[in-house]
Amino acid sequence: MTVGLLSLVLLGLSALSFILGRQKALASVKGDIRNLHSLPSYCGAGVALFTGIPASLLMIIWLLVQPVLIESHVTDMILPEDIDTGSTRELVMSDVLRIAKGVDVLVARGADEAEITKLINNPAALKTRLADARIALAADINPHVAKAAAAYRTKVATGNNWLAVSTLGLAVAGFLFALMQVKSTFRARNVVEAFVRVLLIGASSVAVLTTLGIILSLVFESWYFFQLYPAKNFFFSLTWAPKFGGGSDLGIWPLLWGTLYVSFIALVVAVPVGLMAAIYLSEYASGRVRSVTKPVLEVLAGIPSIVYGLFALMTVGPFLRDWFAKPLGLGESLSSVMTAGVVMGIMLIPYVSSLSDDIINAVPRALRDGSYGLGATQSETVKQVVFPAALPGIVGAILMAASRAIGETMIVVLGAGAAAKLSLNPFEAMTTVTVKIVSQLTGDTEFSSPETLVAFALGLTLFVFTLGLNILALYIVRKYREQYE
Amino acid sequence: MTKATFRSRKASLLVPDARTKARNASERWFRLTGIAAVSVGILALVFLLGSVLDNGLSAFRQTHIEMAIPLDETKLDVSGKRDPALMAKVTTVGYGKLIQASFQKMLEDRGVDTEKIKPNKLMGLLSKKAAADLRDMVLANPDLIGTTLTFNAMTNGRVDGYFKGRVTLESAERDSNISPEQLRLAQRMADAGVIRTKFNWAFLTNPDASELRPESAGLGVAILGSAYMMMIVLVLSLPIGVAASIYLEEMAPKNIWTDFIEINIANLAAVPSIVFGILALALFVNFLGLPQSAPILGGLVLTLMTLPTIIIATRASLKAVPPSIRDAALGVGASKMQAIFHHVLPLAMPGILTGTILGLARALGESAPLLLIGMVAFVKDYPSSPPNGFFDPASALPVQVYNWTQRSDPAFAERASGAIIVLLLFLLTMNSVAIILRRRFERHW
Repeated sequence: MTVGLLSLVLLGLSALSFILGRQKALASVKGDIRNLHSLPSYCGAGVALFTGIPASLLMIIWLLVQPVLIESHVTDMILPEDIDTGSTRELVMSDVLRIAKGVDVLVARGADEAEITKLINNPAALKTRLADARIALAADINPHVAKAAAAYRTKVATGNNWLAVSTLGLAVAGFLFALMQVKSTFRARNVVEAFVRVLLIGASSVAVLTTLGIILSLVFESWYFFQLYPAKNFFFSLTWAPKFGGGSDLGIWPLLWGTLYVSFIALVVAVPVGLMAAIYLSEYASGRVRSVTKPVLEVLAGIPSIVYGLFALMTVGPFLRDWFAKPLGLGESLSSVMTAGVVMGIMLIPYVSSLSDDIINAVPRALRDGSYGLGATQSETVKQVVFPAALPGIVGAILMAASRAIGETMIVVLGAGAAAKLSLNPFEAMTTVTVKIVSQLTGDTEFSSPETLVAFALGLTLFVFTLGLNILALYIVRKYREQYE
Repeated sequence: MTKATFRSRKASLLVPDARTKARNASERWFRLTGIAAVSVGILALVFLLGSVLDNGLSAFRQTHIEMAIPLDETKLDVSGKRDPALMAKVTTVGYGKLIQASFQKMLEDRGVDTEKIKPNKLMGLLSKKAAADLRDMVLANPDLIGTTLTFNAMTNGRVDGYFKGRVTLESAERDSNISPEQLRLAQRMADAGVIRTKFNWAFLTNPDASELRPESAGLGVAILGSAYMMMIVLVLSLPIGVAASIYLEEMAPKNIWTDFIEINIANLAAVPSIVFGILALALFVNFLGLPQSAPILGGLVLTLMTLPTIIIATRASLKAVPPSIRDAALGVGASKMQAIFHHVLPLAMPGILTGTILGLARALGESAPLLLIGMVAFVKDYPSSPPNGFFDPASALPVQVYNWTQRSDPAFAERASGAIIVLLLFLLTMNSVAIILRRRFERHW
């Protein structure tokens, strides 16, 4: 019985038990539901929960544990001499799994078990049959490996049978137990609600689990990286020159420099424009202008970063090169820090402006009125009253924008270039932390070389940086916020 | 005299003094800077969209050559049994010859002067995919054999580019894939009405194509992959997000644990998207062994990324339901759960749906995490239908754009911009639906 079918059967059983539980509840009070503690549908739902939930939990745990157990059994069937020099036990095991899968394909195409047994004893024939079924194997099949694959298949088959039996058994047991409880005093609603509550709590902890997953995966893989590559060189070396094959220099500074440079240019573009736009829209613009321009600016925020990346690559890059870099003699590179920075700045404009808009609007009307009453013009009021009052919030907004700039990926991948260097020329191609994470982790990756694992250390750095900026932003907002009222 | 005394006066309502003038000037400047800032933002948007449309609209037009091809039984099905397995023995080379013969005949009939161009140069005007297309058509429908088929062959990417102004006679001099001679022939063919431009449906349905045949590259697999991922994101993130928000907003006691959860959600919303890609690689691929480049993997990552958005939106709309609704429900004897699920949640639903659609729109445009989990791989086959298709390799719209920008042929740059237009249209639709939902069902208490 396949897992999909089993889940369907479980679902059907639960539905059936809902109906039966409901009927029993109704029968127990002869149809007069006033005598029931809970509504009949709650009784039904209670029985259905007892039928479905323990069985599904068992199924999930079983499915997670079974492969591990079976593999540890099967791997003992491979003798040390079966492992070729240069190969590892894991590679041989992956061959075993692939053969087992291939045999399953053969069975699905109408090969019977007797034929399979014959094939298992004749690895060469097995290989040709598998090749016919488009399952390519690199080397000839070792007889032990073939045997191991056969054993793997039988164990999986028995395991799946037991899984079906025990799951369905548990479902029926749960059903009978719950059905016995159903009577007029059965507090079904409380049971169901307690269960729903557990579900809700579980859902709300997904966020915590995600954070935990991020931190654990970053920390563990980075730790693994620092076993292979000295942390001192990573944090203090000024060269980044990965060589696949060993002997690479993996200093983070060129990447960090590129990241900070691009983010700085982005903020130079985004902060004045975003801030002034926010001030204009909240202090000067009439309701009609505001109702048109604000959504238009927000469209900029809804555009995916890949679109900005393409804009940088196809429009801004050539423009900056032909009109600024070449005439000024600063380089001929299509991708440059300037390109990525300017485009990222455009992306951040709505972010800065909508955050500052909220903050400026939170400054109470009375402060402005007081300033006008003393004879200040509108701009003087903004500069000398509203802006200082909103400053902590604005600084927080800028820090959050900075954290987004540092973590942005697609714009820099397409716009900033891939050359890691420490240079002051903004029209030169430089690279960032995120670009290097992408380039070290895409394509065929081997998770045992420092050149790949360095991406996790870079990811950890990035995570710490952005998290730090966000926490700092929150801290500043909380510490220096003016409390009106 | 009066004038002199008037001037000597320090200030009046009619004539401002120097200081007032300066203050007013600075006021005007400030206001102008504000207008300038808003205009910069709007101009940036206009330039962005204009550049995308300018580069990408041509991807939706494609030049074709229509020709009548007699499908000869003696060449395509020697056995005469119409058995696809036997017919498959005729390779694309055989079909190529057939196309070549009909192509030459058609040019002769139409009176286009070929200047004795070499046959392989003549065939160079057509897409390399034409023969494969014809073969697929015949194999799918063996009854075509014996008839004369009107076949629409795509032109080669360079020829297509010539009519779109991307390729010129000068650039063809330096190009090993096309010669000026071929382009002049193409021009004569266009003048004779042999080459025609049509709407390019294949761009929306074809799978990706190799470096050598940009004209046949399409978004079919990418759109399917993105659709699969959105299904997964919707099915997972909506229930989880709503459940989490209900707990946090309606039921959770104020304690360290719930504070911790709230901080976590706020932080997750600010974590760079690429970090989620790293998480997926370490957790889902290396630890759980999910297949790379499969929609299920992308869907899971995007779910984790969308959750904070949905939770924040849902909590806001739950908060907007006035407490009197809850009190009334509790007052007539509903349990807390009943009050929430029967009364508060339905009233908050429009807001929740709006938030969900906006979250989905964000997820649809997200590409960085998908790069890390192998969605950049070259995928030529359509994924099968769900649920099995969730585990087949597929691409995604934004990643397909990235993929095409990495190729050297400029024809792919046009395709990338075209793909962006498709992506933006999807986003526009989703956002409009969200706005309509909000306008139509939003309640003010």
